[in-house]
Amino acid sequence: MLARAVTHALVGLDARRVEVEAHLQNGLPGLAIVGLADRACQEAKHRVRSGIASAQLEWPSRRITVNLAPAGLRKEGSGFDLPIALAILAASGQFPLERLAGHAAIGELGLDGRIRPVRGVLAAAEGARHAGFGRIVCAAESAGEAALAGVDPVAGRHLAEVVSYFRGEIDAPSVEPSANGSGPEEDDLDLADVRGQDRARRALELAATGGHNLLFAGPPGTGKSMLARRLPGILPPLTPEEALEVTRIYSVAGLLSPGRPLVRRRPFRMPHQSASVAAVVGGGPGPRPGEATLAHHGVLFLDELAEFQRPALEALRQPLEDGFVGIARAEGRAVFPARFQLVAAMNMCPCGGRGDPATECACSAQKLAAFREKLSRALLDRFDLVVAVPRPRAVELSGREVEESRPVRARVVAARERIRAGPLSRSPGATELLDRAVERLPLSGRGRARVARVAKTIAALAESDAVTEEHVAEGLAYRSPRELSA
Amino acid sequence: MIELGRADDRFPPRLRAIFDPPRALYVRGAGELELLGRRAVAVVGARSCSPYGAQVARMVGRELAAVGLVVVSGLARGVDGEAHRGALDVGGLTVAVLGCGIDREYPASNAQLSRRIEEKGLVVSEYEPGVGPAPWRFPARNRIIAGLSEAVVVVEARERSGALITADFALEEGREVLAVPGEITSSLSSGTNALLKLGAAPLTATADVLDLLGIDPPAALDATVSEAAAQVLALVRDSACGADELTARSVLDAGALSVALTELELAGLVAATDGVYRAVTTR
Repeated sequence: MLARAVTHALVGLDARRVEVEAHLQNGLPGLAIVGLADRACQEAKHRVRSGIASAQLEWPSRRITVNLAPAGLRKEGSGFDLPIALAILAASGQFPLERLAGHAAIGELGLDGRIRPVRGVLAAAEGARHAGFGRIVCAAESAGEAALAGVDPVAGRHLAEVVSYFRGEIDAPSVEPSANGSGPEEDDLDLADVRGQDRARRALELAATGGHNLLFAGPPGTGKSMLARRLPGILPPLTPEEALEVTRIYSVAGLLSPGRPLVRRRPFRMPHQSASVAAVVGGGPGPRPGEATLAHHGVLFLDELAEFQRPALEALRQPLEDGFVGIARAEGRAVFPARFQLVAAMNMCPCGGRGDPATECACSAQKLAAFREKLSRALLDRFDLVVAVPRPRAVELSGREVEESRPVRARVVAARERIRAGPLSRSPGATELLDRAVERLPLSGRGRARVARVAKTIAALAESDAVTEEHVAEGLAYRSPRELSA
Repeated sequence: MIELGRADDRFPPRLRAIFDPPRALYVRGAGELELLGRRAVAVVGARSCSPYGAQVARMVGRELAAVGLVVVSGLARGVDGEAHRGALDVGGLTVAVLGCGIDREYPASNAQLSRRIEEKGLVVSEYEPGVGPAPWRFPARNRIIAGLSEAVVVVEARERSGALITADFALEEGREVLAVPGEITSSLSSGTNALLKLGAAPLTATADVLDLLGIDPPAALDATVSEAAAQVLALVRDSACGADELTARSVLDAGALSVALTELELAGLVAATDGVYRAVTTR
């Protein structure tokens, strides 16, 4: 007696079809799972057995072999519990096995037979749709996610409920389609909270408009991180396609908030300085997405840039260049999208005294050199905008009016439209100024190209038809200063 | 590399005239040997100088080299290095005197600078190649810096600084000594201010050196800057400050201020260190 259920295994962000075959035969009663199942997957035995018993269903006292095909693909995680249980129940004739046709299944079983959500349901549901399945059996909590893929979820709370459905006793259990945001959307932090820092604010607006990577350098406590956190709030909202992409990533990472399947906010990721290479770009046997991928279509913020391990920083160079991370594994290559905007903050020296008029830098020349050594030229070259944020004197903080995020975002969105509409020409005066700057200032050829890019953004924000001298002159103010390079 | 014995005709006469001239000079670089005999001014000071000191050193180096003087210094970090860089900024001539063999790269952080100096200028030492740097060699090196120069400018020096030793040698040999006045509360100016008290000439503009040497200062080329830039320059001259403070004190917004500051930087009137803008000329 053989029955077959279909589920999907995750390889990176992609779902691969996996057939779960259950075969009953005479012999010593027992259950064997074959087909490169990892530990969590092997433990399915115990959950499935208890779950079936708790659902008042019969555990067949036969020799049961479960095969996860293709047998060469590594399977990990607990999402196979539900399809294994369904295959066993169908094989033992507890519901008609032809009813399984057109259904995919994914979910973890509790010992009481409850169906629990797992990560990656969106990707699995998309896989199911591509494979021509119209319905996917999953936990009630995952139903919203599955529905995003255009597949009808069969949202089971309990195994017994799902079996009743397959017996034809009840209709497909469904959950109220969540309005995505039954709870209030978290408020974005507002720029109005930041006083002073006019230049840094201006740079933030430019970064939002041109998608430039941005580096703040200055002593501690000058509001560098405060500003960086407010970047998502002035970026245009995610397009529907972008939102789906981000949701897929968050689903695979298991980071979706319950009750709000679709991610609408631009991601803002802030890994700690101790992050490893795998944590930053992704990895592990799975492999799982790293911070660079979690920041896809959003902002990756590295606070205390110079405190990160150098390999972790260097690993960011590929995604910064190509917009994706490729991770090679024996079973193949996983490709994670990673098109993020990098914002970083750092002190100007290890003690933090530089750029602070109130203190003197107490760093030895060696310490300073080691600090600067940490940041390769190649990495610094990725920052179009570098802003030194010296400690403000008290005068500046006194009650000048500060702008809120909303009008800034409106300007950003309008300027982005203009950039999309067509390339801007550059006036001869602007080109001449660029050449003069290379001659007079410490500015490399690459630096010149960065300034030219930023000047275009400035021109677009100024609603100008061409890049003029003035735009280039402002762009030059955000070049990487001599002091930061080793 | 050339070894120049004391008896050699090409040995710089000013150096030969000091109380204990070196037995020989080892010379490296593409510059003419005759360079060592030209009119020269030494610019020396603290290794761990302030941003102010660094900018003054660079300005003085630049303006001295611009009128054709050779800038002599010790290739150390801080003031020395900035003085060399200033001279190189205007394509001028500069001589570095080392306290170790000229084949040594010391300090390593100035190796690049040393190569740039050699393109047109010279690197010299009284020590044979291979001799390593040692603390007691530097005071002796300072007598050569003073010996090669007609005047010594001390930019920033603590109370017991090597730069003061250079000044002492210069005084003993009857060369001019100038000191850049500094804040009386800063330990980095205690040495220079002490020199002033003892009667050294204060340097408040590069023209002060040129006066002492009887050189006509170049006609002040009044860089014409826009009205906004002129306003910002006036603010920066009041006190060094960050961009945001300038925005607060001027009528410009952040973008327009950046435009003005870039204009001033390109005109060589203002320079930025660690986000703090400073006027770099006294004119």
